[in-house]
Amino acid sequence: MAQIFHRSTNTISRATIFGAVFIVAFLFWAAAQVQRSPYVTYAGVVRPQPVPFSHQHHVAGLGIDCRYCHTSVEESRFAGIPPTKTCMNCHAQVWTKASLLEPVRESLRTDKSLVWTRVNDLPDFVYFDHSIHIHKGVGCDTCHGPVDRMPMMYNYGSLLMEWCLNCHRAPEKNLRPREQVFNMRYQQPSSDNPVLLDGRSFSDQDSLGTYLVTKYKVRTVADITSCDTCHR
Amino acid sequence: MDDPTQATRGSRTAPVIEPGYTFATITDKISSIVLTRPVSNGWLVGFGVGFLITMMLLYAMGYLFLRGVGIWGVNIPVGWGFAIVNFVWWIGIGHAGTLISAILLLLRQQWRNSINRFAEAMTLFAVACAGMFPVLHLGRPWLAYWLFPYPNSMNYWPQFRSPLVWDVFAVSTYFTISLVFWFIGLIPDLATLRDRAENKWAAIIYGILAMGWRGSARHWKRYETAYLLLAGLATPLVLSVHTVVSFDFAIAILPGWHTTIFPPYFVAGAIYSGFAMVLMLAIPIRKFYGLEDFITQRHLENSAKVMLATGLIVAYGYAMEAFMNWYGGNPYDNYLLWNRLHGPYAPIYCALLFCNIVFPQVLWFRKWRTNPGLLFLVSFVVLVGMWLERFIIVVVSLHRDFQTSSWGMYYPTKWDWMTYIGTLGFFMAAFFLFIRILPMISIFEMRTLLPEAKEVKAE
Repeated sequence: MAQIFHRSTNTISRATIFGAVFIVAFLFWAAAQVQRSPYVTYAGVVRPQPVPFSHQHHVAGLGIDCRYCHTSVEESRFAGIPPTKTCMNCHAQVWTKASLLEPVRESLRTDKSLVWTRVNDLPDFVYFDHSIHIHKGVGCDTCHGPVDRMPMMYNYGSLLMEWCLNCHRAPEKNLRPREQVFNMRYQQPSSDNPVLLDGRSFSDQDSLGTYLVTKYKVRTVADITSCDTCHR
Repeated sequence: MDDPTQATRGSRTAPVIEPGYTFATITDKISSIVLTRPVSNGWLVGFGVGFLITMMLLYAMGYLFLRGVGIWGVNIPVGWGFAIVNFVWWIGIGHAGTLISAILLLLRQQWRNSINRFAEAMTLFAVACAGMFPVLHLGRPWLAYWLFPYPNSMNYWPQFRSPLVWDVFAVSTYFTISLVFWFIGLIPDLATLRDRAENKWAAIIYGILAMGWRGSARHWKRYETAYLLLAGLATPLVLSVHTVVSFDFAIAILPGWHTTIFPPYFVAGAIYSGFAMVLMLAIPIRKFYGLEDFITQRHLENSAKVMLATGLIVAYGYAMEAFMNWYGGNPYDNYLLWNRLHGPYAPIYCALLFCNIVFPQVLWFRKWRTNPGLLFLVSFVVLVGMWLERFIIVVVSLHRDFQTSSWGMYYPTKWDWMTYIGTLGFFMAAFFLFIRILPMISIFEMRTLLPEAKEVKAE
């Protein structure tokens, strides 16, 4: 009786079994990469907006404070999206004929809000509060990135849970004095560039962060990583 | 050891294989069922029914994925319902297969050789049915992989202190070991089928599965070592898997769940129901495929004795539960006992006592123990009883706990029934496929039962 399989089958089957280990490992690795890639998280991806509003121009160019538009960021969960009237405070005087701004003027005429595309959008099962972060000394750019260098808005972080937890598990790595929260060009302390606070000089983030955790009464890591802190 | 084809205790005990067989006739008889026997109408009907019920299961699952677990009868306070009842029931059934294939192998019980193959297949299909339920029961079944600890983008591990996570490990380990054990056991027989297949494609498929088995002395030496090692690995699983399943209940503080007797009593119950399922499969199979010479009176009787013994352990468990509920003096435990006996689910509790304790006592009598028809009936009653037991454990403890304000009732919906019956159909269809495409009795292990095998060894 003839053999069913050619002799080479032995080698092929060994190579297949051996190779399967790497193929499976690669598939897991690839899935992990895709999950964290901008394809899924949209990190760094500019979203189209009804009006091409430039944070770079308004923040870095004109020096407008974050809170001029995002008025409720210090008191509320929600930072606040400015009403059209906030835009018109200036644009009633400047660029009144600009065609780019026509949707803004139309919004004022018709009394219908501009519908912006939300960029930093956490899932609905996450409870997030801006005010507490600001009061504990988390800078805007810690999460939102260099907004003053974003001609069009994109989300800086991945907004994945690991991204939140990396900070919640070690909050001292990112805290800064409250006065510096809205400073978009704040630098963490170094020996060349110490941070002065309460008559002390901090030359590294570890000592400053540890000091601020106590000073601002940041709750324990066990507290701020508890499930129901964010999933209420 | 004595010649196993001869009766060992006078004429009262049947042999494990009827006399008159040779190596060749054993191989012929078992492999012909797969290779040459035409597809019978009975098989077609059986498989067809199983297949249709499986389709119903898929329909029920599809609707569940669309609408969520709200289509089931579960709600607060009874959040566990049929899904967990069926899970515990199915996984328990699987245990007999592992007991037969691993523990009886290590204990050198030769009567296992003709029932281990299909008992292991039963284990696999039962664990597959069991595994569906916890996943279906999740609110978002498509995220079931969250149960496994993997480096995820949430930067979080599962809650390792939860017995539900232990369950994931227990069941997935159990399935993996059972599958590997079953497959390794099949390899020499797959090679036999490869060599005997007339059809080219059958030869190729069996050939791939046989993984180049030639039956050389070196093959056999390694094979037997591997098989024994796997048996050693599988043996603790017989005890550990259902122990972990019982922790799902015992770790909680509900009356009726929070007891230390749960692990042994669950394991005994698992083997009890498992052997009942083995008998319910073996009795029709030996009849329809004419395998009375291989699955003899002895096998039926031994299985019945195992059922009787484990049934008594289960009865002891019930008695101890009731005694402790009374003797412990805890009013909530006390109430649980009253509620089981007189509450809204009392008829189910009484039915369970009848099915699991009263009726199986007929197995004490040799005349009835050796009557296949009656054994089939006892097995069926025990399977029903063991299902009712899990229903009582899950539902009665949950529906009335410490606060009367949170009491409620549980009524299964048609979707609950469709899912449960659907898994029975899936089990049936899978088993029908198994007996057509794989040797349902281990050919090479049957051959070792012949006197010739002993003579060769003696030389």
